[in-house]
Amino acid sequence: MRKMERLSSIYLVGVFIVLYAPIFYLVYYSFNSAGTMYSFEGFTFDWYREVFCDTRLFIILLNTIVIALLSSAISTVIGVLGALAITRVKTKRFRNALLTLNNVMIVSPDVIIGASFLVLFTMIGINLGFGSVLISHIAFSVPIVVLMVLPNLEEMSPTLIDAAQDLGASRWDVLTRVVIPYISPGIFAGFFMALTYSLDDFAVTFFVTGGGFSTLSVEIYSLARRGISLTINALSTLIFLVTLLLVLGYYIISKQGAKPGKAGVRE
Amino acid sequence: MQGRTRNIYLIPYMLWIVLFVVAPIALIMYYSMFNIDGAWSLENYRRFFTPVYLSMTLRSFWYAILITGFALLIAYPTAYLLTKTEHKQLWLMLIILPSWINLLLKVYAFIGILGFYGPINSFLRIIGIGSRQILFTGFSFIFVAVYIFIPYMILPVFNALEELNPSLVDAARDLGASPWATFRRVIFPLTVSGVKAGCRAVFIPALSLFMITRLIAGNRVITLGTAIEQHFLVTQDWGMGSTIAVFLIIAMGLTMIMTENGKLVK
Amino acid sequence: MKKVMQMFITVVIAALGLMYLTFVLNSQQGYSGGNTLTVYNWGDYIDPELITKFQQETGIKIIYQTFDSNEAMLTKIAQGGTSFDVAIPSDYAISKMKEQGLLIPLDHCKIPNLKYIDPRFLDLPFDENNEYSAPYFWGTLGIIYNPEILEGMEFTSWNDLWDERLRNEILLYDSAREVIGMGLNSLHYSLNDTDIDHLMEAKRKLDALSPNIKAIVGDEVKMLLANEEAAIGVVWSGDASEIIGANDKLDYVIPDEGTNIWFDNIVIPAGAKNVEGAHLFINFMLDPENAAQNTEYVGYSTPNMKALEYLPEEITGDVRFYPGSDITDKFELYENLGKKMTAYYNELFLEFKMHRK
Repeated sequence: MRKMERLSSIYLVGVFIVLYAPIFYLVYYSFNSAGTMYSFEGFTFDWYREVFCDTRLFIILLNTIVIALLSSAISTVIGVLGALAITRVKTKRFRNALLTLNNVMIVSPDVIIGASFLVLFTMIGINLGFGSVLISHIAFSVPIVVLMVLPNLEEMSPTLIDAAQDLGASRWDVLTRVVIPYISPGIFAGFFMALTYSLDDFAVTFFVTGGGFSTLSVEIYSLARRGISLTINALSTLIFLVTLLLVLGYYIISKQGAKPGKAGVRE
Repeated sequence: MQGRTRNIYLIPYMLWIVLFVVAPIALIMYYSMFNIDGAWSLENYRRFFTPVYLSMTLRSFWYAILITGFALLIAYPTAYLLTKTEHKQLWLMLIILPSWINLLLKVYAFIGILGFYGPINSFLRIIGIGSRQILFTGFSFIFVAVYIFIPYMILPVFNALEELNPSLVDAARDLGASPWATFRRVIFPLTVSGVKAGCRAVFIPALSLFMITRLIAGNRVITLGTAIEQHFLVTQDWGMGSTIAVFLIIAMGLTMIMTENGKLVK
Repeated sequence: MKKVMQMFITVVIAALGLMYLTFVLNSQQGYSGGNTLTVYNWGDYIDPELITKFQQETGIKIIYQTFDSNEAMLTKIAQGGTSFDVAIPSDYAISKMKEQGLLIPLDHCKIPNLKYIDPRFLDLPFDENNEYSAPYFWGTLGIIYNPEILEGMEFTSWNDLWDERLRNEILLYDSAREVIGMGLNSLHYSLNDTDIDHLMEAKRKLDALSPNIKAIVGDEVKMLLANEEAAIGVVWSGDASEIIGANDKLDYVIPDEGTNIWFDNIVIPAGAKNVEGAHLFINFMLDPENAAQNTEYVGYSTPNMKALEYLPEEITGDVRFYPGSDITDKFELYENLGKKMTAYYNELFLEFKMHRK
């Protein structure tokens, strides 16, 4: 048993090493005075200094975060409603049709989504900029939320709801007190996946943006022709550290709030 | 629970479907009917059935299957072991965290890592195997693709494992089932919905992967996604690009139907 | 439910707070409203100090937006929905835009600095009399190689690439015109050849090259060559000068058979809101001193004759990047071959890529 435990920690450590390898690579070279992601010459903070001087880059970063947070929050709401709707559809054919339509968005390459949204927005007459980017990010994040929430809903036994209803719970109560708490792991998973989609998206944003509005991905991709500067590495390092701290902080606070005194039993 | 409530939930979702799914599909279908001269024809569909595009389709499927398979193979044990750890929610967050760093940057880092002078080849030289061409091979392509998709697989599997009633596992053990039998007969069947969600979240986008086909595989691997990308952005032959997209959507519908075994029916 | 709601509210509040911060920063920068000029350019393709200088001189705020390919930019401008006052597309993209009526003619009276441009680079087929565009940077397509790895090998002709010693060493651009064009050039055909037999011959010749090809890549070619990941590549001169800047072991040659000459020109796209400001901007960028400063920053070849006087001899005397007119006369521009022929080129290129194992 002891041996199994050691093996399993080795496996997990291995997975984490691979997952973080490219990030550490980026971080390492963000201190390179040579200015490239190759052959480390000397240690420097220059790239970090540049990040803090560049207001334009800072605005772009803020845009990216705002779009990511808002779009994932809104798409989580729509996606959860969608998943509820799908499980409630009785006819199998209609349900399959809905699911297929749901997945079309995931299978479609970004360029197609971006180009067709661009056509759509110009047809409707929506001005390109913050609004159009937000709408598109919500649009392409909804299906992944649905996919993440559905398994939870499928597993939920109907007797749970019946019991609640028998006890006189209203529909709203059933939803907020029974269903949502039960599917909350799926909701969180969906939210974080939506966040990931939004932060990483380049092609769709590129097509639907305008009026000087830009996100970090668009900026980074457009830099590729001339070579990405290590300033971007430095910025990514900072983003990485801040998110890491946020995650840790959030976790500690929520743990302490939930069960005081129980944190840190082992390690 | 059925009856009128359904309509309320369906409204925002249906609105989304009509605006952002049905409308774009209609547009794609419409575009796919036009040839390069802008005339109405089925020429694009005929072109799709030429050896070039057919072999591309087969290869895309083959690679997508490999990517999904390896992702599952690595993600399932990871998710399983994560559920056994002390701070599992935290570890799960840390699994997702790397995917918030820009993909292009990470891919550039991978070019450095897998490259001839990168750390992996240096390691191989030190242990005496000698340098190998890793970058621009099918292997590096699958490796990086699995890297990108792994969180999408771990998350649903982890959720399914979390919901698994531990007393069922204990019961199986008490009845004398071996760990393997417990896994095969109890754990896996009960988490299959999570596995399916994960496979869908990986297989479908893997079919239309692009960018890393060029950056990591040096165009040795050409997927349907790459072809669509090229037709939309380089050739500006939106007709042919749309036609491939139509087939991609059909393929996705088929995979959906095949992985569907009435699990949704209560 | 409580946890979910808590999180939802935190996220929305955080987002709104950050939005307000963005708004404040934007208005501090003067981006909201007023006298602005939207510039649509490749990323990092202008000296940021020149933007500041322009803003100070004219009081016009520049909104800088970027694209990563000519085609993506074309789609964006063609669809409308957002307006750009100035854009910097490449030659073939300009002729496409002209065809689709996406350009506003330049008023030459407002761009007196056009007189500083080398006459070789004016009045070209993609834009006769420079009715719509003013040259920004120009360059060629050639071979860059690492003499240290390829000991003793010399490159003077495209055909040198077919050498058996170059197994798995060559990097090519993922671009049909460049690769097929190289095949055509090596057979002494025109880059704009539309004869099917010639094209098939070029394709067969390229198929014979495939064992030598390491990868077909994009902008990352610079990183790969500078890091000696590959020994040889077929690249644009702009990229070549950057690679050599990063790793001076490499050398760039223009093959004897001739090659492509390309331009990135400044245009005013249809739908521009500040046409007056756009002219000011173009004239500003063509000012010899500004052009020289921009050239030092970007590293590409400037078409501005007068600007050369402000640049060091080591830049302007380098015949690899500033070849004389006797050499440039042999070069060919990519002509717009029409949709059908472009599609055929791309189909051949796709087959070539698929054929490779």
